[in-house]
Amino acid sequence: MVQHTVKAFDEDITRLRGLIAEMGGLAEVAIQEALDSLVAGDEEKAARVVSRDRKLDELEMEVDAMAIRMLALRAPMADDLREIIAALKIAGVLERIGDYAKNIAKRVPRLPERARFEPLTLLPAMGEIAAEMVHDVLTAYAARDPLLAREVIERDAKVDAFYDSIFRNYVSYMVENPATISSAAHLLFVARNLERIGDHATNVAEMVHFSATGRYPTDIDR
Amino acid sequence: MVNPVLPNSEPKMRAHDVSVFYGAKRAIDTVSIDINTEHVTAFIGPSGCGKSTFLRTLNRMNDTIASARVDGVIELDGEDIYQSGMDVVQLRARVGMVFQKPNPFPKSIYENVAYGPRIHGLAPSKAELDANVERSLRRAGLWEEVKDRLADPGTALSGGQQQRLCIARAIAVEPEVILMDEPCSALDPIATAKIEELIDELRGRYAIVIVTHSMQQAARVSQRTAFFHLGNLVEYGETSQIFTTPREQRTQDYITGRYG
Repeated sequence: MVQHTVKAFDEDITRLRGLIAEMGGLAEVAIQEALDSLVAGDEEKAARVVSRDRKLDELEMEVDAMAIRMLALRAPMADDLREIIAALKIAGVLERIGDYAKNIAKRVPRLPERARFEPLTLLPAMGEIAAEMVHDVLTAYAARDPLLAREVIERDAKVDAFYDSIFRNYVSYMVENPATISSAAHLLFVARNLERIGDHATNVAEMVHFSATGRYPTDIDR
Repeated sequence: MVNPVLPNSEPKMRAHDVSVFYGAKRAIDTVSIDINTEHVTAFIGPSGCGKSTFLRTLNRMNDTIASARVDGVIELDGEDIYQSGMDVVQLRARVGMVFQKPNPFPKSIYENVAYGPRIHGLAPSKAELDANVERSLRRAGLWEEVKDRLADPGTALSGGQQQRLCIARAIAVEPEVILMDEPCSALDPIATAKIEELIDELRGRYAIVIVTHSMQQAARVSQRTAFFHLGNLVEYGETSQIFTTPREQRTQDYITGRYG
């Protein structure tokens, strides 16, 4: 991309993009480790996920402050404007993704008596797709790649399908054996959180597309 | 080049394939554009891109430059303004102009405004002339500030007031189009804001074309923006579209400060 005549503006944008990339990396790791700790019943690891979420909150505030400063001082136009608005919104979404991962981790010590009524295979598989969506959407962000962004959006259907299947599965466990209700309810919330992460990754993908092209993917489909 | 058609607005002026030459040098290269009534149209572009030259073709101000030659057709309400027999004085009453530096006549505030209507025979009686002067000064947002000192020289006003006086002078002859060539470049931010507010009010009545170096000003006051570069009209569209999602790379590079 052609450099701005005012070089400090380029440096600001690079810094802003760096912050988003850092947030994305943290969010992705948080999802991964929350699920690992869930599967292994590792409460220490879960506690680390919870405490590290604070870093994401701080970064979001840093992005906010920086974006507001750039809007006020640089009065950006066109792709610069879209870039900054997208960063502002993406930071908010990544912070939410971090919250969902934290929420999953918080359930680890609360899962009753480790007695699993199923070997937890569907949830990690679902989590892997959600984490990959977050990973790939940040790759798309870094490369300003609208095609990869659209590909991420399409993948959300898989996460939704997993959720439906897990939901049916767990309800049938609960019907068959009321002793599983407590754990199944917790795990259902985990599935729900993963489903929301997929939706949020989709939102980020839409912002990446908007930033790169000036249009939302839905505008093109219409 | 995309030339959007905005609804409910007839083009007041149309330029077809207009080229302007200064001697052998081509300053404007086959530009076509519609100027709509009840709209503010902003011309933006780097220095030397031809935007002021093009603005001046719209009321034949370039006629005063001996080496300048205009090709193509410019119509006002469907009538070619460069046809022979066109009354240029009458044209400039219909297509008024406000310049970069406020240039009041060295006469009283009253006379500055009354001059145009008088020579155009628009106000035969003293009462009508008084009414015209008051109406014009009110529309220019200057009446309250000067009503008690209409006999003072126009040059005694502040820069921002002088510029509003020049706008009052332009609208006193009841023009249909007002051309403004960087009308705020010599003014402070408060005076600039007043002129911008005035432009927004005047737009309900006239077609306004403004040349500005301030992208923020173009974004604030105009509904349509035309980007000129090296004598070409690169892109013309709704202002909100030009400043958020320009279609042309050259437009994008210019408005985001990546030019050159």
